Amino acid sequence: MPAHLSIKEIADSQAQLRRKKLVLFAFTLPLLLFVMLAFVAPIATMLYRSVYHPTVAQLIPQTLKQMQGWETQSNTLPDNDSLVTFALELKSLAAERRSGKLAEEINRVFPGASSLIKSTARKLKRLDEQEIISSQGTILLDSHKKWHNPALWRAIASAGEVWTSRYYLTALDLQLSPEGDIESRDTRIYLKLYWKSLRIALLITLLTAVLAFPLSYFLANASSAKANTLLVFVLLPFWTSLLVRTTSWIALLQTNGVVNSTLKVLGIIDQPLELLYTEFATVISMTHILLPFMVLPLYSVMKNIDPSYFRAALSLGAKPLPAFAKIYFPMTLPGLSAGALLVFIISIGYYITPALVGGTDGQMISNIIAFHMQSSNNWELAAALGSLLLVLILALYWLYDRMVGVNNIKLG
Amino acid sequence: MKTRVSSTLLVASLFSATTLFSAATHADSLTAVSFGGAYGATQQKHMLDPFMEATGHEILFENYSGGIAELKAQVESGNILWDVIDVEVIDLERACSEGLLEPFPMDTLPPGDDGTPAMEDFSEEALANECGVGNIVWTVLFAYNNDTIGSGKPMSVADLFDTEKFPGKRALRKRPQVNMEWALLADGVAKDEVYALLETDEGQQRALDKLASIKDDIIWFDSWSQAPQLLNDGGAVMVQSANGRIFDAIQSEGKPFEMVWDGHLYDLDVWAVVKGTKKKALAEEFVRFATGSKPLSGMPDIAYGPTRQSSYAYVDPEIIPKLPSSHLDEGLKASGVFWADYGESLGEKFNEWLLE
Repeated sequence: MPAHLSIKEIADSQAQLRRKKLVLFAFTLPLLLFVMLAFVAPIATMLYRSVYHPTVAQLIPQTLKQMQGWETQSNTLPDNDSLVTFALELKSLAAERRSGKLAEEINRVFPGASSLIKSTARKLKRLDEQEIISSQGTILLDSHKKWHNPALWRAIASAGEVWTSRYYLTALDLQLSPEGDIESRDTRIYLKLYWKSLRIALLITLLTAVLAFPLSYFLANASSAKANTLLVFVLLPFWTSLLVRTTSWIALLQTNGVVNSTLKVLGIIDQPLELLYTEFATVISMTHILLPFMVLPLYSVMKNIDPSYFRAALSLGAKPLPAFAKIYFPMTLPGLSAGALLVFIISIGYYITPALVGGTDGQMISNIIAFHMQSSNNWELAAALGSLLLVLILALYWLYDRMVGVNNIKLG
Repeated sequence: MKTRVSSTLLVASLFSATTLFSAATHADSLTAVSFGGAYGATQQKHMLDPFMEATGHEILFENYSGGIAELKAQVESGNILWDVIDVEVIDLERACSEGLLEPFPMDTLPPGDDGTPAMEDFSEEALANECGVGNIVWTVLFAYNNDTIGSGKPMSVADLFDTEKFPGKRALRKRPQVNMEWALLADGVAKDEVYALLETDEGQQRALDKLASIKDDIIWFDSWSQAPQLLNDGGAVMVQSANGRIFDAIQSEGKPFEMVWDGHLYDLDVWAVVKGTKKKALAEEFVRFATGSKPLSGMPDIAYGPTRQSSYAYVDPEIIPKLPSSHLDEGLKASGVFWADYGESLGEKFNEWLLE
């Protein structure tokens, strides 16, 4: 055999390697495409939507251009030309049945503007263009006293910004003052809710860990027949519909439900306890629902721990507790980390269970995001809130990586 | 809007596959969307089935939970899966002015079975918005359980806020709508001044303060289905509820519930045609059929009032006093215009107040 490969052989083998890689890549292509479409693209759109908002700029481009010369901080109205241009644009929007869109956008910055813009649009629709032009804006100002409010015009200018930080400021309970400074908002809810979601998620993670650890230990050390039977009991609720499990918690916790009537019969309480529609209900039902996510990685990691390590520690003179803490427990960390991360990330964005059993106390940030998606239709704010949640989770993940190390995670 | 390439690109690509399918399968059928449950079943029985029988067209009946988010997503992406939709008037104002619904040709509505022209047969509110044709009158009221209320009977909204006279939990839906109105009514504000007052900061604060006076006794729920259940299991002695659900619990399950009509907030549902549907003509034909005297007269099965006067000829006279349409004087019309203006800002304020 020659000691060196010829140049042709090297080229051949490299070509072969490239082909192999290409084939491998082709195999992952469907998944890659799926991930792009179902995961990356929606998140990118969401991020984009929270800062890029051209709707108003597209609806009333001329007015916004005219209003550029206007001193927003001065306590005056925009000049007459701007008013006339706005009236004309509103008239044509009304004719195209798009004035409602504008109304909703402005209303978001200036509550109460929606009906004002819609009713003015209806009025303008009936008027002649010449009439509007010759009136020098008085038609607009006479139609409602709110048009005399400079704050309304500031709101229009602000809503007209194509790139905006408004939604992120709102999501952080902040707002821009007329002078352009950042100040805190009158209504403060979002930071409180982020904090609350974080607290509830951490509590649930802790509870699942405390419950799952002894169970997994037992499962890992039981005979395989017994372990398999017990594992079915862990998995059974996992296969049951989420709604069914949540509803059964309602049946258990309600005022005259199973828990309360049992306690009453046993004579422990006279008056039914208030269990349902509390933070307690959210925590306990979510702990139950998410328990399998903790048990499964813990179990599979513990299953692979060689019991001889523990025995060796004992035979070398360690007491059982220190041996457990120093030898066994560190080896379970990869499973514990994986389970904790899974449970934490799932629970911080959890929506349906808090909505059904949480009442007021158990409300989490996801519930307010749903409110802005479904009721108030403020998708931009929902996107900003969602993005901040994503940032929060990534930041925690980073912190976790620094402290525990992501390489240390193991699902089996 | 079609011009919003950035945001529609994704949705369009995601849904393009679905479009191909829907084009093939829904070709000669109509997709109608409503709220499901007992209400949906009643519509199926009195509107959809007779229409399919009479015309031979097929209707797919789907459920949604209200709001305009899904409608908006379909119209904005240009991928219309729904043709005709049951909308609450509180959402109709917004959906119509945002161009999510087609204006309905009201002059094509047929006269009532007794010959009354449509314009006189329908109640004024039923045709007030150019996009929808009124379908039912329903209402939000409060109810109590005869077994748990103790001595005395609550008669008014003020009693709902009187925890001394009527101790126990009150279950209210977790949103500012209805609750803010009731708080002001209970605080002595006249019905016709409620919405004007709620536009002001003082009025909003006054309503929240009034709610705060019973905050510890309120249980908040998220879905109408929870209301009769809370009243039944003793979780609350009084509940806010859509009238149909309480009616159903009394009528078909024999529950000892009692409805209180004072200060009820009534509203309409309409049938409307989704903007950009390919089956506009057929959708309009369905709306004309469904809002005819006979189909509407089936709605009182679940205590929702028909919007046509001529329908009452077919309704069991015993049911009529239990319909919202017989109690309009005691109630207040929910203002879609007000909530389009203040729904979001009050929603935030209300949530802040909840967290206090």
